[in-house]
Amino acid sequence: MTGTGSIGRRLTLLLAGVAALLSVLSWGMVTMLARQAAERTQDNVLAASVTAIAETLRSEQGEVRLELPYSAFSMLGAIGEDRVFYTVTAGDRTLTGYADLPVPDGRGGPGRIVFATGTYRGEAIRIASVTRVVLAGTSPVPVTVTVAQTRDGVGTIAADLSQLAAILAVAFFVVAVGLSAIAARTSLRPLKELTAAVSRRGPSDLRPLRRAAPSELAPLMGALNRLMDRLNLSLRRSEDFIAEAAHRVRTPLATVRTQAEIALRSVTDDADKQRLRQMIRAVDESSRSAGQLLDHATVAFRADDLPRAPVDLADLAARTVAALEPTAAMKEIRLQLDAVPAQVSGDPVLLDSALRNVLDNAIKYSPEDTVVHLQVMSIAHEARIAVTDQGPGLGEGPARALTERFRRGSNTEGIVGSGLGLTIAEEVLRAHGGRLDLGAGERGKGTCVTLVLPSS
Amino acid sequence: MRHACLAILLSLWAAAAPAQEIEAHRYYPGTGERVLRVLSTTDLEVFEPYLLAFQAARPEISIDYSVASSAELHRAIRDGAVYDLALSSAMDLQFQLANDGLARRYRSDATAALPDWARWRDLIFAFTAEPAVVVLSTERLEGLPLPRTRQDLISLLRDHPDRFRGAIGTYDVRDSGLGYLYATQEDRATDAYWRLTEVMGRLDPQLYCCSGQMIDDVSAGRLALAYNVLGSYATDRLARESGGRLQILRMQDFGNVMLRTAIIPATAEEVEAAGALIDMLTRLGLRDEPGDWPLPPLGQPDAGTTTGFGPIRLGPALMVYLDPLNRRAFLTEWENAMEQRQP
Repeated sequence: MTGTGSIGRRLTLLLAGVAALLSVLSWGMVTMLARQAAERTQDNVLAASVTAIAETLRSEQGEVRLELPYSAFSMLGAIGEDRVFYTVTAGDRTLTGYADLPVPDGRGGPGRIVFATGTYRGEAIRIASVTRVVLAGTSPVPVTVTVAQTRDGVGTIAADLSQLAAILAVAFFVVAVGLSAIAARTSLRPLKELTAAVSRRGPSDLRPLRRAAPSELAPLMGALNRLMDRLNLSLRRSEDFIAEAAHRVRTPLATVRTQAEIALRSVTDDADKQRLRQMIRAVDESSRSAGQLLDHATVAFRADDLPRAPVDLADLAARTVAALEPTAAMKEIRLQLDAVPAQVSGDPVLLDSALRNVLDNAIKYSPEDTVVHLQVMSIAHEARIAVTDQGPGLGEGPARALTERFRRGSNTEGIVGSGLGLTIAEEVLRAHGGRLDLGAGERGKGTCVTLVLPSS
Repeated sequence: MRHACLAILLSLWAAAAPAQEIEAHRYYPGTGERVLRVLSTTDLEVFEPYLLAFQAARPEISIDYSVASSAELHRAIRDGAVYDLALSSAMDLQFQLANDGLARRYRSDATAALPDWARWRDLIFAFTAEPAVVVLSTERLEGLPLPRTRQDLISLLRDHPDRFRGAIGTYDVRDSGLGYLYATQEDRATDAYWRLTEVMGRLDPQLYCCSGQMIDDVSAGRLALAYNVLGSYATDRLARESGGRLQILRMQDFGNVMLRTAIIPATAEEVEAAGALIDMLTRLGLRDEPGDWPLPPLGQPDAGTTTGFGPIRLGPALMVYLDPLNRRAFLTEWENAMEQRQP
């Protein structure tokens, strides 16, 4: 599998990028607005100042008089420590103040305050100016009051607010990155849960996934379920095929065997008899293999949806021993059963199949004239059937591998077998929540196969 | 061209206050070549301890100390006279110099430690806060109640015109920058100022240029009362003479507190030395204990008992009364009130 990076990381980075962009934008906007607000405040104060001065304009004995109100200048200190310049002109004559202070052009008519930005004595200034017409003597004289202030205070206020905005923007960004990570993780959680649900499943669990999923994951789940459906179907089909094939093989084999036995009875030549006996044994083996294949298919089929019924392992063992007594007798093998009642809950057909395969193996690998010992026990929460033979043992190699399909022990030469017996038993027991233990018999001789099931 | 407006501003000022020469001058030789030229309104005898302390710390610097009136100081700096440091009690004139770009920026840890109200734009630095007080002659006021407010004072003067006729001293605000500052601030702060001025005007007041002379005259018994005397000088003299002949009163309805300020003129050459002296003065201005210095610190122990708005604020409003039109109007009114013909 090749990775193309993490969705979570990509999502986090994307959200963090958006947050960074927004932080910078908001900082820029706050800075701009702060500057504008500070400038507007300065304009308002300057306007109030020129208005206060203009209101004192009056005419006395044909001369324009005014007095600078204290408040008109003290209010200018509100913005910051800014230098203040002012001038009052009547017509072309400077009445008072700084004669060289630039006065904004474009007089907006009487009473309208005109603002301008300029430079005076090497410093940037903001100028407010208002013109009033005063009747001096007989002729009306336009009197212009101009107040100007440096812009340091505005800059300081704007810089302070800008710095505050920068701190807030950084804090916002940090919080946003944290939230982005959380958001990415939260939105990817259903995906993780789905993955966990799929990987938790057993190897043969092909049931469709039934869980609530976000709409984005529904197609994936649908596809997964369809895939599992198809897989299940094809698996089922191949099991069916095996079962069908085994069944079809067994019936003609039975016919062949019957005919061979009849022939055995009618021939007199020893060589012919020997040949017929070999034939019968081969047919038996084939029939057994077919039976095991059928068993295996049955296990695979029934284990998916295990029917459970109370089963006494002592009864089960007795029945199986009775069924295999004839086979054992052919090799002069005695089956010895020690049983105590041991209740389990399970499928009687499968359990019978499992024990039969184990016992069959034991008989098959035992030398003639020996004893196969079956012991049914109930220990703590487990019910056990131990099958011990006096055969050659498990041989070299890992014992676990013997339960794999078509795997046979290393010391089985000369004995016909399919390698399915222990596989079937293992699968049955696992389907019941139990296990198959393989070990050596007493005093290290022979084999002890133990079927372990949870007691009910 | 640059100073065209100054000419207008100063034309009336110049007419009202004729040019004055340097009143006193002393040279304190140091070990090095450098000379710090200080122009100040503070009398030599008052300021000498500061200069000696500075020279103890920086012996290589010679000090050239000149005393002038606040108006003269203002005019000198305005005209571009070369000084390294200008110390004045007239806040308004100092402020105008700073506002008009005739002061040089200076910043140090010592000036940064000053409260906001004691500096402006790193151009002007306050190092003392001195209240305006009333000085009374105990002997001549015997048996009379001590006035606590201007209203009390008005009643006292009205009720006993004979005792006070010709025996009231106050600043000639046409002459004294500090007197003008005190008067305009009082005009702004209390209604009683003009009534008091009129009452004093009827009693043939004596007008002075300086606090020192007023205190001398009260002490000598020539004056019964001196109004708006600079507190620091008064207390200084009182402590020295301690004959009990003088009483110091602070008006409880409103009290002006003046800040003595320093600027480094734009023409300064020894900026570093001037800055060092400012640092020393502002550190002394922020001292907690009164100590053995002739001038009070910025935060006085009894500042809390002063009514009013605290020290006069360093701000553009100080320039309002310096406007020639406003000044002319104020002086006209003041003269009308002060120089009344006897009935």
